[in-house]
Amino acid sequence: MTYIAKPRVQHPGLERNAAGLTRRDYEGAMSTLCAGCGHDSVTAAIVETFFELGIPPQQVAKLSGIGCSGKTPTYFLGQSHGFNGVHGRMPAVATGAGAANRDLTLIGISGDGDSLSIGLGQLCHAMRRNVDMLYVIENNGVYGLTKGQFSASADVGSKSKKGEPNRQPPIDPVYLALTLGATFVARSFSGDKAQLVPILKAGLAHKGFALVDIVSPCVTFNDHEASTKSYRYTREQNRPIVEADFVPITAEITTSYEVGSARNVVMHDGSVVRFRKVTEDYDPSNRDAVYSYLRERQAEGELATGLLFIEADAGDMHDVLGTVDAPLTSIPFEDLCPGSATLEEIQARFR
Amino acid sequence: MSPREEAPADRPVNDFSLKVATVNGTGSASANSLILQAIFRMGVPVSGKNLFPSNIQGLPTWYEIRVSGSGHTCRADEVDLFVAMNPATYPQDIAELRSGGWVIHDSSWPLRSDVQRSDVNFLGIPLAQMCVDRFPSARARILMKNIGYVGVLAALLDIDVEVIETLLDENFARKKALLESNFEAFRMGFDYAQEHWACPLPIRLRRMEANGDAILIDGNTAAALGCLYAGATVAAWYPITPSTSLVDAFTGFCRAHRKDPDTGRSRVCILQAEDELAAAGMVVGAGWTGARAFTATSGPGISLMSEFIGLAYYAEIPGVFFDVQRTGPSTGMPTRTQQGDLVSAVYASHGDTRHIVLFPGDPRECFEFAVRSFDLAERFQTPVFVLSDLDIGMNDWVIPPLQWDDDFRPDRGKVLGAEDLERIERFSRYLDTDGDGVPYRTLPGVHPKGAYFTRGSGHDAHGRYTEDAGPYTEVVDRIDRKIRLAAAVLPEPETRPNPNARYGVITLGGCRAAVLEALDRLSGLGIDAGYLRVRGFPFHESVARFVEDYERTFVIEQNRDGQLRTLLINEAGVAAEKLVSVLRYGGMPLAAGQVVEGILEHVGVEAPRSPQVGNPRRVSA
Repeated sequence: MTYIAKPRVQHPGLERNAAGLTRRDYEGAMSTLCAGCGHDSVTAAIVETFFELGIPPQQVAKLSGIGCSGKTPTYFLGQSHGFNGVHGRMPAVATGAGAANRDLTLIGISGDGDSLSIGLGQLCHAMRRNVDMLYVIENNGVYGLTKGQFSASADVGSKSKKGEPNRQPPIDPVYLALTLGATFVARSFSGDKAQLVPILKAGLAHKGFALVDIVSPCVTFNDHEASTKSYRYTREQNRPIVEADFVPITAEITTSYEVGSARNVVMHDGSVVRFRKVTEDYDPSNRDAVYSYLRERQAEGELATGLLFIEADAGDMHDVLGTVDAPLTSIPFEDLCPGSATLEEIQARFR
Repeated sequence: MSPREEAPADRPVNDFSLKVATVNGTGSASANSLILQAIFRMGVPVSGKNLFPSNIQGLPTWYEIRVSGSGHTCRADEVDLFVAMNPATYPQDIAELRSGGWVIHDSSWPLRSDVQRSDVNFLGIPLAQMCVDRFPSARARILMKNIGYVGVLAALLDIDVEVIETLLDENFARKKALLESNFEAFRMGFDYAQEHWACPLPIRLRRMEANGDAILIDGNTAAALGCLYAGATVAAWYPITPSTSLVDAFTGFCRAHRKDPDTGRSRVCILQAEDELAAAGMVVGAGWTGARAFTATSGPGISLMSEFIGLAYYAEIPGVFFDVQRTGPSTGMPTRTQQGDLVSAVYASHGDTRHIVLFPGDPRECFEFAVRSFDLAERFQTPVFVLSDLDIGMNDWVIPPLQWDDDFRPDRGKVLGAEDLERIERFSRYLDTDGDGVPYRTLPGVHPKGAYFTRGSGHDAHGRYTEDAGPYTEVVDRIDRKIRLAAAVLPEPETRPNPNARYGVITLGGCRAAVLEALDRLSGLGIDAGYLRVRGFPFHESVARFVEDYERTFVIEQNRDGQLRTLLINEAGVAAEKLVSVLRYGGMPLAAGQVVEGILEHVGVEAPRSPQVGNPRRVSA
C-alpha cells in the first residue's frame, strides 16, 4: 500500500550513476496495483531508464490522469514532483508546465481509457503542438478500476472476462500518432524490458512529443484466453521490427553491429539512437512507409513493436512559439513589467 | 421641413444620445468609433455601446452614443437621433426614437410607407447614390457611406471638423489613398447637411475640458494591460465572445513589450487551446510550475473549466480566470451582456468549493483587479476569478488614466526555494505552519527535498493519499478558513453611506454608472438611499453592516435570479427580508431609468412621466 514506506537504508555497495545516485533513489512508493500487473513492469523500466541516464530527480516532473495508469507515478521517482490531475487531461497540465519551465523533463503516464476515450482530444493536440515530453500509454484494453468495461483500444472480437465480444473498432494510438504528424512513435510490451528501456531513453532525448504505446496486460480483467491484450496473446503476436539502441552523448559509439544493418539518428541533445533492422528495408523516417508496413503486419496478425517512427529535427512547441531559451519561471519581474513610462506611452493611443 | 422649428428647445448642449443602425460587416464600426473619439477629444464626457449580432456579415447592428456634459455615461434611456442606415430595421428603429427626435436616412430609395411617424423629423440624404457617383470601387461605395454619415453628424451636431480631420490623419497615416477618399466622403456628407438643413440641431456639442487626461478604453484591453504589468507569462485560452479581445490585446501588448531585446524572442507563451478544458489545464500546469498564468473566457467556458477549477482549489494551485460574462444559460445570447455567472463562479466545480472573485466596475478596475488577482492567486494558492462582462469588456469607457507604481513588486506567496529546503527537516505541502490557513509550496525543478505528489484525490496535511475522515477534514477545513480570511485583503466595497436615508442600494460591476445616476434622480424626487458596490467575494465585513443601517436594501443586478442577493443571504448572513431585488437581464447595458423604475415599484411613489426619469417606451432590458 502507498502508506507503507519502503526501507530507505541502502547498501553502500549499490551501483551509482553519473549523478551519484542509486536505483533506490529513482524508486517511489510501494505499488498498490494487482500482483502481476503489466504497469509495474513499466514502472521498473522507467526507474531503470532514469537511473541509467543519471537524470537528477528534481529536474523531472511526472504527470498522470486517472485510472490504474494514473496511480503509477507514485511508484517511481519519489524525489520528483508529481501531478495526478483529472481524467484524460494530463496533456494540458503537462503543456502548461512545459510552457512555464522548458528545462523540466516531463514524463506523462496515461492509459487507454485516459488517452483514447475521455482524453483523446488532449492527446491529439499535445501531439500537434509537439510538446516536449515522454508520453507513455499503458494500454490494456480495459477499464480496470471500474471492473472490466472495454476501453477504446479493445480489438474487435476480443472478449471480456464474462465472454462478451467487443464489436466496436479500436482506436490505435500508433496509427493515430502517425496520421497526426507525431514526431516520435513507438510501441512496446511491458514484458520486454530489454526493448522498452532503450525506447524510453530515446523518448526522453527526443525534443518533442514522444509517444510510447505499451501493451500492458491487466491480469485481473483482461488476461484470459479470448483477450487480445493478454500476456500470452501479446507474446505470440509480438514482432519486433526494429531494435533501437540508445547511445548517450557521453558514451562512445561502438560498432557492434554489421555495417549496412544499423542506422544512426542523432537526437537534438547530441545523443544517438541506433536502429538495427530486423526487417529489411524498414525506414523509420518515412511516415507513409511505416504506416503501410504496420497495416501489412497487422493483416498478418502480428503486432509490430519497436521505435517505429522518428522525426528528430522537427521543432517543438517552444520553437513554434519563438519562446526565449530561459524558462519563463526564471525571468525576473523587472524584465516582464514594462514600467510606468511605457504605460504612459501606451495610453497615448487611447486619447 | 425645418428641424429646428419642430424640435423642443429645452435640451441643453452636450446632453443627448444618438444611435446608428447599420448592417454588420459593412465597415460602420470604424465610422462609429470615429464619432466617439471626436466627441471625447472635444473634452465632453461620452460613452459608446456596441449592440452587435453573433454573426460575421449581413445582420443588423447598432451603435449607441451618449453625450453627457454632467458625466453620466451609462446607457441612455432614449434616443434623440437615429442614423437609420439599415432598411431592414427601419420600423423598430424609428419606433424607438423619442417624440421630436431626428432620423437620418438614406433617401437613395423612397422611405417605406410603414415607417412614417408624424412626431419625428426625417432628414433624407441620398448617401448610396452619392457614393456611387464619386467612388469607382464597389467596396469603397459601401465603406464611404459610413464616413458620409459621420460628415452629416459633424454638421448637425457641431462636431469639431478639425478634430475629425486629425483623427482621419492618424488612422490612415500609412494608407494615403484611403485618407483622400475618407476626407472626400466626410466633406460630401458635411456639405450636403449644411446646404439642405439648418445646422446645427438644438441637440449639439460644445467643447468642454471635462475629460482632462482621461483615456477612452474597453475593459478587455485594460485587463490585458493588467496581465502584462502583473508579469503573467502563460496565457491559455479558447476563442469565445466576449472575452476573445482580452487575449488578442494581450498578444498585441506582448508583441511590443515582451521581446527579449537581444534575441527578439518571446518572454511569454500564449497557447490557443483545443477547448476550455485544456485551457484551464494549461493554466493549472503553469501555475503549479511557478508561472503567473491566466485564461479569459465566458460562461460556457467556465462550465467546461469547472473540473480543473475544483482541482486547483483542492490541490491549491494559483491561476487567474477572467470571465467576461454574456447572456446565459447555455449558448444564450453571445453578444449581449449579463451578470449571470456570479453563483457559478463563486461555487465553481463539484463538492464543497468557494472561490475568490473580483467584480470590476469599469475598465480602470479591470486593469487594477487584473494586477491584484495574480497577487491574490499566488498568496492564497487558489484560482481567482475576475468577473467582467460584455458591456465593460467590449465597450469603450472614459476613465481616469491608469497608474503604475514602479516600486510595485509581485506577491509570489509562500514558496520555498532550494536554500529553504536545505534548512528544514521535512517538507509537508499542506501543513498550516503559520496558522493563517496558507501552507508553503515548492516548485518542480528546484530541490529533491521539495518533491511532493499533487493530487485531486483525498490527501492529508503532508500531501499523502488518504481516505480517512480526520486527515481529509483537516485539509478541507483549512482551505475553507484560508478563503474566508482572504475577504480582509480583497478590494473593499465602494460606499456612499447616507445616514438619514431609509433605503440602501447594493450593486456590482458595470451597473455602477446607471445606479449612481438613478440615485441622483431619485434624490430629486425626495427618495434618498445609501449606496454600496461590492468589489470582491468573500464579502467584506462592512457589507453586512451596511444592510443593518437601512430599513430595506435594493439589490440591483443584471440576472434573473437575484444571484448577488442569494450570495448576500448565504454568505454575508444578511436577513432575506431586508433585501429587495431590482433585476434587469434582457442583455442590454443598464440604463438609469430602469433602476429608477425598479426602485419606484417598491417604494410606492408614482413614477413621474418625464423621460428624464423613466422611459415607458423601452420595455426591453
